[in-house]
Amino acid sequence: MTGERPSIESSAVLSFAPHVRFRFDETRKAWIVLAPERLLLPDEQAVEILRLIDGERDVDAIINELAGRFDATREVIAGDVLPMLQDLVDKKVLRR
Amino acid sequence: MTAPAGVSVDPPLALLAELTHRCPLRCPYCSNPLDLQRTSAELDTATWRRVFAEAAALGVLQVHFSGGEPLARRDLVELVGHAATAGLYVNLITSGIRLDADRLKRLVEAGLEHVQLSVQDSEPGPGDRIAGLAGAQQAKRQAAAVVRAAGLPLTINAVVHRQNLERLEAIIELAVQLGADRLEVAHVQYYGWALANRAALLPSREQLDRATATVEAARARLAGHLVIDYVVPDYYAHRPKACMGGWGRRFLNVTPSGKVLPCHAAETLPGLRFPTVAEASLSEIWYHSPVFAHFRGTAWMAEPCRSCQRREIDWGGCRCQAFALTGDAARTDPACSLSPDHALLVGARAEAAAATPDFVYRQHSAAPRVADPAI
Repeated sequence: MTGERPSIESSAVLSFAPHVRFRFDETRKAWIVLAPERLLLPDEQAVEILRLIDGERDVDAIINELAGRFDATREVIAGDVLPMLQDLVDKKVLRR
Repeated sequence: MTAPAGVSVDPPLALLAELTHRCPLRCPYCSNPLDLQRTSAELDTATWRRVFAEAAALGVLQVHFSGGEPLARRDLVELVGHAATAGLYVNLITSGIRLDADRLKRLVEAGLEHVQLSVQDSEPGPGDRIAGLAGAQQAKRQAAAVVRAAGLPLTINAVVHRQNLERLEAIIELAVQLGADRLEVAHVQYYGWALANRAALLPSREQLDRATATVEAARARLAGHLVIDYVVPDYYAHRPKACMGGWGRRFLNVTPSGKVLPCHAAETLPGLRFPTVAEASLSEIWYHSPVFAHFRGTAWMAEPCRSCQRREIDWGGCRCQAFALTGDAARTDPACSLSPDHALLVGARAEAAAATPDFVYRQHSAAPRVADPAI
């Protein structure tokens, strides 16, 4: 049956789940996430994070990249990034 | 623009494509209208293809292939292909009856992204009885296995009511066993066939409270494995649901014969003329038809909605429920405790507590009378 809840630590490498589409919508001029009977409208900050989800970088590398880009501490960035990624893993939008 | 000044209209998010009213099941809470359409009235492949292209151009992102049973359409693979080619994310909402590996493979190749499979109960006996079809439960198990084997995401949809709520824990366990990613536990919404069967379906307050606790416990236990969406019943609500996210705000529904509706039950409302896909494009209908503007926004509201601070949260609740229960589609949804008609729901609960009548099963041309709302 089911095991441990999949949790996100710094070495986790995430990708979009199969049949989840992250794309730009020309009608709304916005990035969207399409999933089974679900539509997510990520804000600008979330889009920056999601664009780094490529199935290769680990969570640590994503945090480093954003910390460099936005001139913020790793702790501040991690405080935003980790809960968002955990939520999307729980919703089966992302997976390890 | 026919929309009143000050009403901004965004593009719709999703299209509910009711391909057919044909279905092997006869569930007594079916969301189809009492007056079911025949095969001869159904839109053809080419018209649906145009509708999908118009929907995508209008900004629709997802299409839900529904019915009836979409698998009853021989051209389903073609239709999925046309919708996917247009750029729509394609969901199939099915009973699973006669969904075999070969047909599913062709649907996936055509661009199907997700299957939502209904289950009526955790056990074959009551499951087949509610579905009105011997062998239904077993067929659903096979359908779920076929979907998982194809690597598609699977949602189990379980409609719950007084005759299966005692097995909710087992229904959740069934969804886990079937390999579902997501489970919708949806209390019956009382329109059409379900309204005719209300006294046989409406749960007690104790059943509802137990169900809510069961869902909350399962969500915690299964976090990260099974997402559980929970639709609560209006009849025990304090505030109404934002039905369809508001009239003409997010959804379009196209019926088997091509009528364009803001929701699947809107044809029950008197005095409204719904355009068809033969008369106008989806864009013209969405932005310019009087009927989509009719209950859009807040200008149509009377009190207590008009001055309510929740008027742009719940949009006055459900127009079809207001009409079904009060005879006036422009009244506040009686599900709201601020509605002067809220006592109608109290009466319905008492009626359901008094006795459990036999089901009136869904069928063609034998529409039951809808229960008289005056109590």
